[in-house]
Amino acid sequence: MAETATVKEAGKTKEPLFGKKEKALITDPLNDNNPITVQVLGVCSALAVTSLVYPSIVMAIAVIFVTSFSSLFTSMLRNYIPKQVRMIVQLVIIASLVTLVELTLKYLNYPIYKQLSVYIGLIITNCIVMGRLEAFSMANKPWRSFLDGIGNGLGYGAILIIVGLLREIFGKGSLFAGSGIAMNIIGPSPDYWINTNESFLFGWYTNNNLMVMSAAAMFIIGVLIWIQRSWNKKLVDVS
Amino acid sequence: MSTRYVITFVTIMTAIVAVLLTGFRQATKAQAELNEDIFNKRAILSAVEDYLGEGVTVASLTDDAVMNIFQTQVEQVVVDASGQVVDGMMADDIDMAKEKKKPEPQRKFPLYIYSEGGSKYYILAVRGTGLWDAIWGNIALKSDLNTVVGATFDHAGETPGLGAEIKDNPAFPAQFKGKEIYTDNGRYVSITVRKGGARDPEHEVDAITGATVTSDGVSDMLYDGIKNYEPYFDKVKQSSQLITQ
Repeated sequence: MAETATVKEAGKTKEPLFGKKEKALITDPLNDNNPITVQVLGVCSALAVTSLVYPSIVMAIAVIFVTSFSSLFTSMLRNYIPKQVRMIVQLVIIASLVTLVELTLKYLNYPIYKQLSVYIGLIITNCIVMGRLEAFSMANKPWRSFLDGIGNGLGYGAILIIVGLLREIFGKGSLFAGSGIAMNIIGPSPDYWINTNESFLFGWYTNNNLMVMSAAAMFIIGVLIWIQRSWNKKLVDVS
Repeated sequence: MSTRYVITFVTIMTAIVAVLLTGFRQATKAQAELNEDIFNKRAILSAVEDYLGEGVTVASLTDDAVMNIFQTQVEQVVVDASGQVVDGMMADDIDMAKEKKKPEPQRKFPLYIYSEGGSKYYILAVRGTGLWDAIWGNIALKSDLNTVVGATFDHAGETPGLGAEIKDNPAFPAQFKGKEIYTDNGRYVSITVRKGGARDPEHEVDAITGATVTSDGVSDMLYDGIKNYEPYFDKVKQSSQLITQ
C-alpha cells in the first residue's frame, strides 16, 4: 500500500500540470526552436498568406488549432497506432482537423475562407504539424503533446503575424484590411480599401508593390532569422 | 502487430472520422451555402455600387440588406445564345464555369437587371482566362445598353501585386465607368485594356504594369463575354423601338 502511494506521489511530482518543462514546451518554439526561423518548416504558407495581417491571424489560429489537437489525439492513440501505417493514421487525424477548420471558416466567415483559399487545405502538408507528431507526440503523454502543439503553432503564428504586419503596412499602407477594424496607416489613398478611414500619417508614402508579392516574405523571414541569431547566441553554430 | 489489427484499427478510425466530419458538414451546410450566396451577390452589386443610394457601399450593407435588394430591386433573367429569355430559370442557377464547357449555341448566360429610381441597369457576367487561372467579373450597363456604369473582377490565382490588382486595386475597375461598348456608328468594339495607356478615351482603359497577360485576358474576356449578350440586346432595343413608335 505504502509503496503504491509513494509511486503515485512520485508520479505526480514528476509531472506537474504546468511546471518548468511544460512552460518550456510553449516558450521554446517561440524563440530557441522556432518552427520557421530555426527549423525552417512551414515556409510555403508563411510566404503565401502573409500579404495582409488579418488572413495571417486567421491562418495562425487555424494552425495552432490543428497542431495542438492533432498532437493531443496522436499522443492519446500512440500506443495503439500500428507502426506500419503510422504516418497514414497521423495524416487522417491532421486532414480531418483541417477539414473541420475549413468547414468552420465557411460557416463563420466566407470572405476570409475565399481569401485563404487553398492554403487552409495545405495545412495538411505543413511540415510543422507532421514534424511535431513524428518527433514529439508519438513518444510523449497527451497533455505535454498538446502543449507542444500549441507552442509550435504559436511560434509559427508569431512569425506569420510579424511578416504580415510589415508586408501590409509597407505594401498596402493599411492594417487589418478585410476585417471590421480596417484602417489606413500610411500612404495617400484613404479609399484604397473600402473600409479605411482617412489617412493621417505619411501622406507622401507610395505603396511598395514588392511587399505585396511572396518574394518580400522571403526577404523578411531572412532578415528575421538574421536578427534572431545575432541576438540569441545559442542559435549560432560554433563550428 | 497482425495485419488483422492494422485493418481493424484503420477501418474503425476512418469510420469515426467520416461520421464526425459528415455530421459537422451537415450541421453547417445551410449557413455555409447562404454565406457563399451572399458573397456572390455582393460581388454582383458592387458593379452598380454608385447607384445603391447616397453614401451606400456594398461593404456597408448588411447581409439582410443584400438579400432584400435582390428580392425587391433585382430581376434575374437567363438568356440563351440566340438572345431568347429562358423561362423559369434564375440567373443564380447559372454556373459560368460549366457554361463555358458547353458548345456555344447551347450556352446560357445570367443577367441581373437592377432597378433604382426608375432606371434599369443590366449586370452581365463574363468569364475568361488570366495568366494562371480563370478570371471573371460583372459589368453593369446603363439602359442604353452601351455605357458602362461599373465593373468588378475576381480571379482564381493571379499574382498578388500584379494580375491580382484587377480585384485588389479599386482604381482598375473604376476606370471602366463611363466607357462605351459600341462606337458612335453602332459597331461593337467592347472595351480594351491597353498596355502603355488608353489611347481611345471611350473604349479603352489603362492596363496594369507588369501584368500584360492578365490585362489582355480581361480584354478578351470582355470582348467575348459582352458579345454573348448581343442577340438579347438587339431584341430589347427592337422592342423598345416598337414601343416608342
